[in-house]
Amino acid sequence: MDVIYTDNNATTKVADEVIETMVPFLGQFYGNPSSMYTFGDEVGKKIRRARQQVAQLINAQPEEIVFTSCGTESDNAAINAAIKAFPEKKHLITSVVEHPAIKNLFSHLAQTQGYEVTFVPVDKKGRLDTDILYESMTQNTALISLMWANNETGVIFPIEEIAQKAKEKGILFHTDAVQATGKVEIDVKAAGVDMLSLSGHKIHAPKGVGVLYVKKGFKFLPFLIGGHQEGGRRGGTENTAAIIGLGKACELAKENLGLMDTQVKGLRDYLESRLLKEIPATSVNGDTENRLPNTLSMGFDAVEGESILMLLDRKGICASSGSACTSGSLDPSHVLMAMEVPFKSAHGTIRFSLSHYNTREEMDLIVETLVPAIDKLRQMSPFWKDGKMI
Amino acid sequence: MWDYTDKVKEHFLNPKNVGEMEDANAVGETGSLNCGDALKLFLKVNENERIIDASFMTFGCASAVASSSALTEIIKGMTLDEAARVTNDDIADYLGGLPKEKMHCSVMGQSALKKAIADFRGIQILAKPGEVVCECFDVTDLEIIDAVKTNGLETTEDVTHYLKAGGGCGQCLDRIEEVIETAKQAQEN
Ligand code: FES
Repeated sequence: MDVIYTDNNATTKVADEVIETMVPFLGQFYGNPSSMYTFGDEVGKKIRRARQQVAQLINAQPEEIVFTSCGTESDNAAINAAIKAFPEKKHLITSVVEHPAIKNLFSHLAQTQGYEVTFVPVDKKGRLDTDILYESMTQNTALISLMWANNETGVIFPIEEIAQKAKEKGILFHTDAVQATGKVEIDVKAAGVDMLSLSGHKIHAPKGVGVLYVKKGFKFLPFLIGGHQEGGRRGGTENTAAIIGLGKACELAKENLGLMDTQVKGLRDYLESRLLKEIPATSVNGDTENRLPNTLSMGFDAVEGESILMLLDRKGICASSGSACTSGSLDPSHVLMAMEVPFKSAHGTIRFSLSHYNTREEMDLIVETLVPAIDKLRQMSPFWKDGKMI
Repeated sequence: MWDYTDKVKEHFLNPKNVGEMEDANAVGETGSLNCGDALKLFLKVNENERIIDASFMTFGCASAVASSSALTEIIKGMTLDEAARVTNDDIADYLGGLPKEKMHCSVMGQSALKKAIADFRGIQILAKPGEVVCECFDVTDLEIIDAVKTNGLETTEDVTHYLKAGGGCGQCLDRIEEVIETAKQAQEN
């Protein structure tokens, strides 16, 4: 059975071109890039090239790029560097809809190290309450960390404006751009951010490689202390093949950015409008005006997400659910809860996240599978009668 | 992905006895939209108190649907006294087992059945005894103690998997832990 993959916010297919670029560095070219002989330096050169490719994607300088093992490491390293840089400041700001890599670390710092953390709320459309954000900035704030775009709804935060305000107040600003990279244009200079995280496997590079952009001039204190790799900012022998693959993936992402706004967005909108038309009592979660072009979070009233996913899975369709029942907990995701999405549709929320590898035929198949699946589950649901919610 | 048995998958994909029963003379309802799963059980009971037909409507995950379907198959033909002895473990066993995080789905079946039997017999289930520990899922300390004792639960996580208590806002987690401790101590003494 062919797989119809629409879970690209979870992870992506490694691009063929990326695999091709990586293969020699898994076999033939196994030298250590730090070695003092040509065999190792061949690898070193490729890593330097990858650093440039990454820098070009986000308009940074190559020396501002630190390779890490994943987005979570980048996020953690950024936060730890910020609090070490300003040990006297004991206040941190983030939002209620962040990835666990941020949210849980901030909660941990609050519980164990006496930090006061402001979790800025969002409105029903998932938009950040910037009034509360700006009011909460104080002399005592060490860091503001906010995602560029939300992984579940695709809602984009006004990063540029917030970074500007942070700068005026002398507060460090970090953004988790793991979901935004490769989907919308990222320009660290124009945005004015101090640190930015991205992750390889969300942009068609392999898993196990990430990037932390650190603006020149910020005295970054390392998280992994060891050798002099990454300019002393992250010890440990480089994951060479993955880094070289990531470089290629960034080059491709830059080339394909246009496709996101045309082809991918077109498919997403097509899927969205067909589902809205053909399945009653269906709604879209999040601000549709300001959203990643590939993401669609949809709530189907009176049915539960895991059941929908299982019926999709039978046809080889991969998507993800907004109800945490798939992960063993019973509540809808913290993002949907923060947005006060009503339970009737939050439990039945499915997220489709597309890439340029998707096709129109696939969207048609999803609709053809989903229409009878939702109907079947609704016929079984005690909350559904005569074509509507009871 | 959950490690569901073939029987769970089969009962999810082709559930038995689905739908509202017009001439049911006993109905038991449990769960709610907020909880993320709910079950409405319909029984037709004859003058000898034998269940001659059963059907269900379920909102929930695959194991909730499968547990409901299994329950109706298990109890059809039983007398109410026999049915009253059916436990959530019987439902899980019938399905060849459920992941431990999904045991609450079988508990939901048992509780809907209890309510349906009470409904037929005209017994009103009064407010539950004990003190409510988890507001989100309306679970009392006595229920937790009972579940800990009969199922050998050890942690708050176990309790959540069984009773859902603690699976919502999480504010009751500390209290659940205390109740588990009390139950364990009582068992030791
Ligand atoms: S009170 Fe128990 S989960 Fe909310």
